[in-house]
Amino acid sequence: MQLLEFQAKELFREYGINLLDSISSTNIEDGRKHAKELGYPFVIKIQVPVGGRGKAGGIQKCQNDDEFEIKYPQVMDLTIKGEKARAILLEKMADIKKELYLSIFLNRSKRCYTIIASAEGGVEIESVKNQIIKEIGLGEVSDELAQEVAKEMGLEGKNAEGVVDTLKKLSKLTIEKEAELVEINPLAIMQDDSIMALDGKFVTDDNSNFRHPELEKYQEKTAIEEQAEKSGLSLVELDGDIAVVGNGAGLVMSTLDMLSDNGGKPACFLDVGGGATTESVYEALTLISKLDRVKGILVNLYGGIVKTTVVAEAFLKAYEDNVIDLPVFSRLKGTESEKATEMLQGSRTKIFGTVEEAINAAVMGVKN
Amino acid sequence: MTDIFELLKGNPGDSDYEKKGVIVQGITGAYGSLHAKNMIAYGTNVVAGVTPGKGGQKFEDSVPIYNTMKEAVDATNAKISIIFVPAKFFLGAAKDALEAGIKLLVAIPEHVPIRDTMETLELAKQKGAVVIGPNTPGIMIPELIKIGIMPPMPFKAGKIAVLSKSGTLLYEISDALTNAGFGQSITIGIGGDPVNGTRLIDAFDMVKDISDLEGMVVVGEIGGDSEEMLAQRIIDSGFNKPTVAYIAGRAAPKEKRMGHAGAIVMGTYGSAESKVSMFNKANIPVAKRPAEVPVLLAGKMEKSD
Repeated sequence: MQLLEFQAKELFREYGINLLDSISSTNIEDGRKHAKELGYPFVIKIQVPVGGRGKAGGIQKCQNDDEFEIKYPQVMDLTIKGEKARAILLEKMADIKKELYLSIFLNRSKRCYTIIASAEGGVEIESVKNQIIKEIGLGEVSDELAQEVAKEMGLEGKNAEGVVDTLKKLSKLTIEKEAELVEINPLAIMQDDSIMALDGKFVTDDNSNFRHPELEKYQEKTAIEEQAEKSGLSLVELDGDIAVVGNGAGLVMSTLDMLSDNGGKPACFLDVGGGATTESVYEALTLISKLDRVKGILVNLYGGIVKTTVVAEAFLKAYEDNVIDLPVFSRLKGTESEKATEMLQGSRTKIFGTVEEAINAAVMGVKN
Repeated sequence: MTDIFELLKGNPGDSDYEKKGVIVQGITGAYGSLHAKNMIAYGTNVVAGVTPGKGGQKFEDSVPIYNTMKEAVDATNAKISIIFVPAKFFLGAAKDALEAGIKLLVAIPEHVPIRDTMETLELAKQKGAVVIGPNTPGIMIPELIKIGIMPPMPFKAGKIAVLSKSGTLLYEISDALTNAGFGQSITIGIGGDPVNGTRLIDAFDMVKDISDLEGMVVVGEIGGDSEEMLAQRIIDSGFNKPTVAYIAGRAAPKEKRMGHAGAIVMGTYGSAESKVSMFNKANIPVAKRPAEVPVLLAGKMEKSD
């Protein structure tokens, strides 16, 4: 999961990384109280799980009460790259001398953690110049290595000490919380030569969640996504009107692609897992019934050894129990497909020989 | 470089040539026992199972079960194991196998923490072992040996190597290949995790020198840069066998994990566009649909004739 800035900063604070004073809120009443506590001037920062906030107007300077009353709701109402504000962070204004870049990320192809540092931060990583890159195995950073990084960044004295300290804390955080990415951009050198993390990005390895109950409070899932997870299904909500169900993540992605190529708009990605049983497909249909914009369901199952009659039973049961009242366009590859087609005769589920045919029928079907 | 065929088949003249022993870790669990039976039915020589606390029993009245990998390896001398334990017990099972001298470890579990995978790979490197997965359907030489969970139906012996991150897409595309008359010499499931024991480039290195190889199919998906690295490796190595790729996830939104832990686009890192453009650079056509793969492969073969 990806944490919001203020959540990442909670972890930074816990690990002793220097931060400016800041307080987060989700409504203007609390915001007003925080504004008093913090005192002007400060910065109003939208909390969304995507970058490019500054350019989109999501970070605003605020000098007094009048500005606050205008800007707080303005920022709160923004949608950036499709993401609505989760919260607002008020953070003291900083007197910055220089902006640096520092991150530790999981280098997937090298299969090790990697430090990226630069003396020219404050821009998106793709544009960060003069990157210093160090591979660090499972994430451990020695004093010597941290000093080397600071030196290569061209820093000396108190500035170098600050970066060494921050890098070592970042490494500890990465290892202990099993992060895929921890980024401070910018890491600022202040007028008094102290070092401060002005922003924070933090992505965890979801597969290690069972070892980190302390991070559970940061989990952001819709009620339906959460229910899917409990049932062992994988669901991502999208904004179209055709629900896409299949077995295996690759196959469902592939079905989404083909549907989009043919002018259809997926309402969700739903992977019932490698196998497919009456129960898992019935559960999938139950979840879809809770998404209100769905007009049709596209099912693509590569059964292999799975009996398609087992899947057909799930459709019939879902209609019988009034779980769904939607047309289903399905391609079921597996054994006993003739019998399955017979079972579904007269129901609202149509079986097609190829996924292409099922997709075409689905796209036409939801138009009517 | 490990010779994967030597590991899977052995050498002509070996007493166990084409009958290499395989140990199943977690053989008494629901999932492990189902697939142990399926592998045996396919002809894989399953010589032992391991489940702590169940040593001394027999699986299906014939395969001996041991408490530890050391006991199982001592008794059978097998060099291959396949793991079916729940993700949180994976690291322990993998260490047990590698310490016991396993040289090919097939890691089936999904949801293994990345740190546990990385620790496993460190140990595998020290021991000179190959890890396939985690979160993989496995590896197979069709009609000879299957170490994994794939259904047998889509596969047929032949001369095309298939490398795939996804399980069901591997079945789907192999099925299409088989129907078009393209059998497979070997299929390798890379796995859908961010960190893979055998990356696409490693799998490519395993298959590129197969003497009668007639072509290669790469089934990738969004996330990471495994496909880009492979395309570069193909360019650098001068590999000229007909090759076709397929990439799943073009329509997936950014910053969302699409079912697989590794299937996520962060910024531009891991995007389908990046992968497609690198394959194009390597003169490898990328199919728009799984069904298009054999068509493009046939086209490439005609040209190279």
